[in-house]
Amino acid sequence: MHGHDGRRSRRDILKAASALAAGCGAGVLVRPARATPASMQTAIRNVVSSATVKPGKVALDIPPLVENGSTVAVSVAVESPMTPTDYVKAIHIFTEKNPQPNVISIHLGPRAGRATVATRMRLVDTQKIVAIAELSDGSFWSDTVEVVITLGACLEEII
Amino acid sequence: MKLAMTMPEFVRSGVLFTVLCIMMTHSAVAEIPLAERRSGYDLLSRETRAMQDDDTANPGMLWVLDGETLWRAKDGTAEKACAECHGDARESMRGVAARYPAFDPARGRPVTLEQRINICRSERQKAPPFAYESKDLLSLTAYVARQSRGMPIESAADERLKSFVDAGRALFTRRQGQLNLTCAQCHDDNWNQKLAGNSLTQAHPTGYPLYRLEWQTVGSLQRRVRNCLIGMRAEPYAYGSPEYVALETYLMWRARGLPVETPAVRP
Amino acid sequence: MARALLNVPAKAKRGEVIAIKTLISHEMETGFRHSTTGVPVPRNIITSFVVNYNKEEIFRAVLFPAIAANPFITFYTVATESGTIAFEWTGDNGFSATESATITVE
Repeated sequence: MHGHDGRRSRRDILKAASALAAGCGAGVLVRPARATPASMQTAIRNVVSSATVKPGKVALDIPPLVENGSTVAVSVAVESPMTPTDYVKAIHIFTEKNPQPNVISIHLGPRAGRATVATRMRLVDTQKIVAIAELSDGSFWSDTVEVVITLGACLEEII
Repeated sequence: MKLAMTMPEFVRSGVLFTVLCIMMTHSAVAEIPLAERRSGYDLLSRETRAMQDDDTANPGMLWVLDGETLWRAKDGTAEKACAECHGDARESMRGVAARYPAFDPARGRPVTLEQRINICRSERQKAPPFAYESKDLLSLTAYVARQSRGMPIESAADERLKSFVDAGRALFTRRQGQLNLTCAQCHDDNWNQKLAGNSLTQAHPTGYPLYRLEWQTVGSLQRRVRNCLIGMRAEPYAYGSPEYVALETYLMWRARGLPVETPAVRP
Repeated sequence: MARALLNVPAKAKRGEVIAIKTLISHEMETGFRHSTTGVPVPRNIITSFVVNYNKEEIFRAVLFPAIAANPFITFYTVATESGTIAFEWTGDNGFSATESATITVE
């Protein structure tokens, strides 16, 4: 954002300065590490290795706007007959910006009857959530949802 | 620090300033008409409502179960359990939370449910009182209050509580803190508007002790009021202060007729 | 032991797919928070949740700090026979909790 007279705004200058300082290894900010889209991809790679993840078959149900990021109801349903020869082996959930990309890894078998799981998770900021299902035939499927997080007002101080 | 603002921004900020001035000088609008009162439950998202409605999914129930264990445990030098005097809580405690805070003739003032539990502990069980906001006190209070679930609040119907209701009302409509706000300005005048993504409720304490998603644990009305006071940048009263008791007495009078929801779930 | 709430149908028909809801009390301290003096609060979470149905594993989950406090997990299983469904949670600092429920399958 530039000021009236076209000069670089104070904000631009500060951003450039901190980037320079960070690049020089002079730890400017003390902030908990956050996952990045790159670290989420790494976490996903750890699970799927070299297989391709195709969008589809997975339905990630999460409210688009949540009341509080500390407890967000999430459910994952995967289309599958759940027979001994065709079933969902695992369901994994990842986030883009939480301090750590993994949320939960669930292992199922044909005895599940239905490949649906629900839980409650924490979300630190507005971000993408990815659910990945591994089927018995070795294929991987996914669904991605963007969730908006606002914090409630009148935040309590930690005592 | 020089502030650079574009022309529309400057105008907008001037409008906001004027609105704030009007808000600050204009006295509070009247209390919410009885027919328009709504519990915070009505303003919850579908998912949070589902959390409250299902006893096997409501985290507050974990505290209620712990409270049931405490109800039956012997304690104090008198080696007595609540159950020995009060029997089955489902019968003896039915309706109790719906009429608290209640006037205590011995003390000449109202006491909250937490205070009543601690009075019983020290006088009957000869046991040390539970600390405010301790897991034990929250669990036992939640268990007792749970027995009134669904029943209409009829606190402060007692004539002797009138001066305390008035004192609570004075606190509710008093400007305080750096923001110079009154509780009424948000909860009487602006309920259902959004404040950082959450709907402002009318502030009826129908479900305390409740599980607050923000805390990820069960907490009391006093804790919630402290959150508000800190958020308003006002000095919070100490736990157990007569101000909280007066405020709770007023709030429960204000919520008369609404059903008890303990243990509620709120964001 | 930590308090847990289970929702397991007491009765089911053979072959019916039943929903099981579980809720256990645990603060799930993430390990990413700091106290007011800047000292990190150490991680303390449930890391594993395993369910056995007549001693055969039907569900297993690995939990990370992103799971909200008082973990709530719902899943499905086929009601194959009458018996015992056993739940086990394990986690940091030697945390361990077990619960069980009986089911009658007609």
